[in-house]
Amino acid sequence: MKYKDYYAALGVDKTASADNIKKAYRKLARKYHPDVSKEKNAKEKFQEVSEAYETLKDPEKKAAYDQLGTYQPGQDFRPPPDWEQHFNSGGANAGGFSFDEMDLADLFAGLRGGAGTRGFRGGGGRARRDVQIPGEDFEVTATISLEQAFQGTMLELNLQFPEYDNEGRVKRVPRVFKARIPPGVTDGERLRLAGKGGKAINGGRDGDLYINIKLLPHRLFRVSGRDLYLDLPLAVWEAVLGTSVEIPTLSGTVRLKIRPGTQAGQHLRLAKRGLPKPGQEGDLYAIVQIAVPASVSDKEKELYTQLSTASTWNPRAHFDTETRSETGTH
Amino acid sequence: MKLELTEAVWLDERGIVTLVELAECSGLSEAELRDLVDLGALEPLNPDSSDWSFGAQCIVAARAASRLRSDFELDTQSLAVVLSLLERVQELEMELQRVHARLPRLHR
Repeated sequence: MKYKDYYAALGVDKTASADNIKKAYRKLARKYHPDVSKEKNAKEKFQEVSEAYETLKDPEKKAAYDQLGTYQPGQDFRPPPDWEQHFNSGGANAGGFSFDEMDLADLFAGLRGGAGTRGFRGGGGRARRDVQIPGEDFEVTATISLEQAFQGTMLELNLQFPEYDNEGRVKRVPRVFKARIPPGVTDGERLRLAGKGGKAINGGRDGDLYINIKLLPHRLFRVSGRDLYLDLPLAVWEAVLGTSVEIPTLSGTVRLKIRPGTQAGQHLRLAKRGLPKPGQEGDLYAIVQIAVPASVSDKEKELYTQLSTASTWNPRAHFDTETRSETGTH
Repeated sequence: MKLELTEAVWLDERGIVTLVELAECSGLSEAELRDLVDLGALEPLNPDSSDWSFGAQCIVAARAASRLRSDFELDTQSLAVVLSLLERVQELEMELQRVHARLPRLHR
């Protein structure tokens, strides 16, 4: 089993009072709680902090933890021999039980004392046979590409769930889920796989598995809800004279007519070319940009010069008008 | 290793859950959920009925409420305030994402 320094996780020393431990937890929880925090690795940090607090807030668990001795974080260690005996005692024969497979948190979750995260487990590490204990819910984030979101996809999730046996002992069990994600899912959406979380004990309700969908950034399209945005660069003459251009969409290329006099920044809407959802299909917006070549040939330069001489158009005419009216009001 | 094939259910307005189901999914009691509705933090689809139903997206909010309540030892009143603020943050984040999506990227 790997050692974890619960005091270091909370930033307190071993002599800290229960009050100071609570204060330290609250401060860190406010900083890292995944529901309110924008810190990087908030979820992992909060898990560390709450795991430490679960043990240190409970005098009995704290005493047991102190009894383990001190090791380097991550260092392999074995709990004292009488602990193994305690975990092996009573009930069914603990065939195959070993501390090596356990996580430190699971060890303390199985100890008598204050309620754990799921209000578990009276009776010296053993669940009472007549008490129904619901399975734990789990939440995972699944990252998928925009193309997968558009077409729908089969998501394969390889997860490790802690599972308790009837004696209240825990083992990490690998589980693989295949979940069909229908077309049209978008960033931040949640899905629920009912009953696919932790197993219940003594006939309680199995936990659920929640999936948070995260979309990978796309090289061309930006996503907002089910709408997609695409930059559409046009050459000056294309915007002035009008043209017809090919636009990539998630369902293939389409041809779009550009009207003469199209302005930079205009949003050209391609209805229902965004992410699908019955009755609420997203649209694709092509945002016009006037692109300027980085370098021009002598011939092009000559033509631009001719154009600048021939044209009387002043793109900044409104500067004058606006400045005059401003001056006029003062 | 066992492979489990399953259909995912959306947590959005397409799904509907009862008060009992919402309590079951979130770990909050029905009384706590009723308080959150009274305080305006959760909104049933049929507020005038005696038998409330909710959009499945309420499961997300109710689960967050349940975590916040236990991790910060919050009372229902504080919980309602936190949930309202979280909802506003989420709306603003969506608005920000929309604004970012509409901003052209500079091409070289």
